[in-house]
Amino acid sequence: MLELKNVSFGAESDGKHKEIIDGVDLSIPDNRFIVITGPNGGGKSTLAKLIAGIENPTEGRIIFDGEDITEKSITERAKMGIGFAFQQPVRFKGITVLDLLRMAEGRNLSVSEACSYLSEVGLCAKDYIGREVNSSLSGGELKRIEIATILARNVKLALFDEPEAGIDLWSFKNLIRIFEKMRNSDSARTVIVISHQERILSIADEIIVLADGKLVKRGTKDEILPEIIGSGYAMSVCPRMEGGDANE
Amino acid sequence: MNKLDAVQMRLMREIADLHDVPEGAYNLRANGESVGRNTTASIDIISKTDVSGIDIKIKDNTVKESVHIPVVLSESGLKETVYNDFYVGENCDVLIVAGCGIDNCGKQDSQHDGVHRFFIGKNSKVRYVEKHYGSGDGDGKRILNPVTEAYLEEGSTMEMEMVQIKGVDSTRRTTVAELRKDAKLIVRERLMTHGVQNAESIYKVTLAEDGSSADVVSRSVARDNSFQKLDLCVIGDAECSGHTECDSIIMDNGRILAVPSLEANSVDAQLVHEAAIGKIAGEQLIKLMTLGLTEQEAEEQIINGFLK
Repeated sequence: MLELKNVSFGAESDGKHKEIIDGVDLSIPDNRFIVITGPNGGGKSTLAKLIAGIENPTEGRIIFDGEDITEKSITERAKMGIGFAFQQPVRFKGITVLDLLRMAEGRNLSVSEACSYLSEVGLCAKDYIGREVNSSLSGGELKRIEIATILARNVKLALFDEPEAGIDLWSFKNLIRIFEKMRNSDSARTVIVISHQERILSIADEIIVLADGKLVKRGTKDEILPEIIGSGYAMSVCPRMEGGDANE
Repeated sequence: MNKLDAVQMRLMREIADLHDVPEGAYNLRANGESVGRNTTASIDIISKTDVSGIDIKIKDNTVKESVHIPVVLSESGLKETVYNDFYVGENCDVLIVAGCGIDNCGKQDSQHDGVHRFFIGKNSKVRYVEKHYGSGDGDGKRILNPVTEAYLEEGSTMEMEMVQIKGVDSTRRTTVAELRKDAKLIVRERLMTHGVQNAESIYKVTLAEDGSSADVVSRSVARDNSFQKLDLCVIGDAECSGHTECDSIIMDNGRILAVPSLEANSVDAQLVHEAAIGKIAGEQLIKLMTLGLTEQEAEEQIINGFLK
């Protein structure tokens, strides 16, 4: 269970104070698949970073599994079971995919176990396990490795910041499959995805719309999706890129 | 190896992964004296008579053999200059492991200056591994000034792996190479300095004849108040290709001066250099922290990977 109580986050921009997150109250029970959407600059990424501890709120409290984590570091929150997948996955010189999965898993993961996580995200393990997580990998490959690190961690709360950003369509289709699998798994894991993609919104248990740092709408996908479809908050993939099938 | 004490054995492990007497040819040197030597039918080791050092002679067509010539110093105040010459015949394929470990618990400086010259015959392939390491908590400095000269004949290849990760207070590493037709040099240097250490690494690679190539890559980390100067120069005198790269992480109050340089004396020389210095990216630390590592653990992992 994740609770945000009157959480605000302000920053100085061009000499003016701006509330990027403005008094958000939010409660998310376990085992949910939540998608947060809303206009660019509405505060979605910041909200995810506040939950992961990458940013600290200027006001309000964040409670996770009954414990106040507002003052806790990124590391402490990670150890409590919060995972965060970056919008732009970070590259590392010399660190291999296996190294990264081992760090994520927190023990000396065997090669075959590591391979199973890579297979889950649609990467042929033997081609990738020894690769460095550097600029030789494409955006889509990095994204999938990023997701594999979340799977390897077996987190209670997984945060995904625009997982579809910067990937090709083939990777996107894979991504949807991974999220569908996560959505249908038996684990008590809660998944929060920040996304504009209709395909991702359409598998949500609940959709939250965030605009100007405020929570403006929340409800089931059947309630919310028809209202926002076709707006910038719920975009479909280009039909031509989908192979000419606009109905897909 | 039974002549070595525990400290010397530890140094041997650090610099040459040696837990026991190595296979093949070797010359083990401790505190200025040879403490073990083995030669093979193809590889001879002869002490020099005019200066301190050895000649290593490898016969033509010697393949899958190795030579280990590690040096350890555990006596404070010892200073030595050693000249080792490697004569590698034609069509060889050999591994040469050198390196020096200094443990200085005393007040006086300990210094080992190893001058290694390689004369590599036609179509031979040499892999050369050199590790430098220092330990001990005395006030005396641990100083290493290695000089490596390599002369590569037609069609030969040399791969150098130069590593200095820990404990050397002052170093000036000079590497000079001259390549003939179709010869190839690959250098992978890894350097880390900490405390108030001072390290200079100088490369001068001359691609003298057509078809020669060099790829010199240095990765380094300067921590605390240490200073590094990386001076990588490739000279192209013919139709050749050369690439140098210095990639450095700077931390704390470390300082790095990178001076990559290229000199083309032929219109057919293709030379490239790259240099980058920067601190560990904040997002790299954050990423690893979101996996449950502390900031310090994240930093260690990033550096370990970078210097791997």
